[in-house]
Amino acid sequence: MRPDPYLFIVILIGVALAFPLIPLALAWLWRRFFQPPKPGPDKTSTYECGVESIGEAHVQFHVQYYLYAIIFLIFDVEAVFLVPFAVAFTGLPVGAFIAILIFLLLLIEGLVWAWGKGCLQWQR
Amino acid sequence: MSQIDEQLRTELQRQGVWVTSMQDLYNWGRKNSIWPLQFGLACCAIEMIATAASRYDIARFGGEVFRPSPRQADLMIVAGTVTKKMAPQIVRLFNQMADPKYVIAMGACAISGGPFKQGYNVLKGIDRYIPVDVYIPGCPPRPEALLHAFMELQRKIDEQKLTGADKAEFLKPDQPSEFPVPRFGRHDLEPRANPNVFQPPVLER
Ligand code: SF4
Repeated sequence: MRPDPYLFIVILIGVALAFPLIPLALAWLWRRFFQPPKPGPDKTSTYECGVESIGEAHVQFHVQYYLYAIIFLIFDVEAVFLVPFAVAFTGLPVGAFIAILIFLLLLIEGLVWAWGKGCLQWQR
Repeated sequence: MSQIDEQLRTELQRQGVWVTSMQDLYNWGRKNSIWPLQFGLACCAIEMIATAASRYDIARFGGEVFRPSPRQADLMIVAGTVTKKMAPQIVRLFNQMADPKYVIAMGACAISGGPFKQGYNVLKGIDRYIPVDVYIPGCPPRPEALLHAFMELQRKIDEQKLTGADKAEFLKPDQPSEFPVPRFGRHDLEPRANPNVFQPPVLER
């Protein structure tokens, strides 16, 4: 008789539970019987490279950064294609040259469009 | 717990039975996985990096996992010149490490200020504020010296007791795990040393 296919899932769930729980239980027992806990103001404070933390941790970033990241993509993609283009420049047929120029034009067009929309202006 | 007769143990081993005590097992595990805190201060840090790299390979001793957080580190290697600007941060990092924790003072600078002992801004030894387990002389100590210090530390860990009156410091509830962080004073760090861990040597004149 073949075992129930769900049996394996049950076994795996058992293993998945035992795997973290056993070390945690051992650590708890260890602390209970041997290692006295020694918390303190420094030890429990936020770790910031040894410097005392100042202010709130919840800092909000301006949405403008998102726009800048998107526009940066234009230059990013451009650089990725321009380098192989420059390396192979002397051996390129005319068709390939025109193709890469069109591609560049598309990217530049995107930049001009963003510029026209005022995306390069820092907005508050 | 650790009361296995030595003779009985070797006799059993000869018969193919391996007995150990909880203390030995615990210390064996600890001493072979000492994770250092990842930070370097000056030129000695370069030697520490060389020790961690493939030629000297501190991984052979279980210390290759340099942790970027004190919460996961067991060992602080003070590798380099401790300026007075840096000293409070180092003490705070040491405080933030979880027990048991150990300190290696690497190089003349970390021991005593070294070549910059006369400097107005150099701490004359990190042992003024935190307890140091192993000192490595040298300027800079070679990677072999750091490995030797590592082995000395392993020996120390191996001999630490879990129970009894002479059990390890970190197991005693009344022993501090945090040490006072010095503040920037008008001319110097205040206090200039922690009298509980540092007594200046008495000069014989
Ligand atoms: S002991 Fe020498 S090598 Fe090490 S940090 Fe000081 S000056 Fe540099």
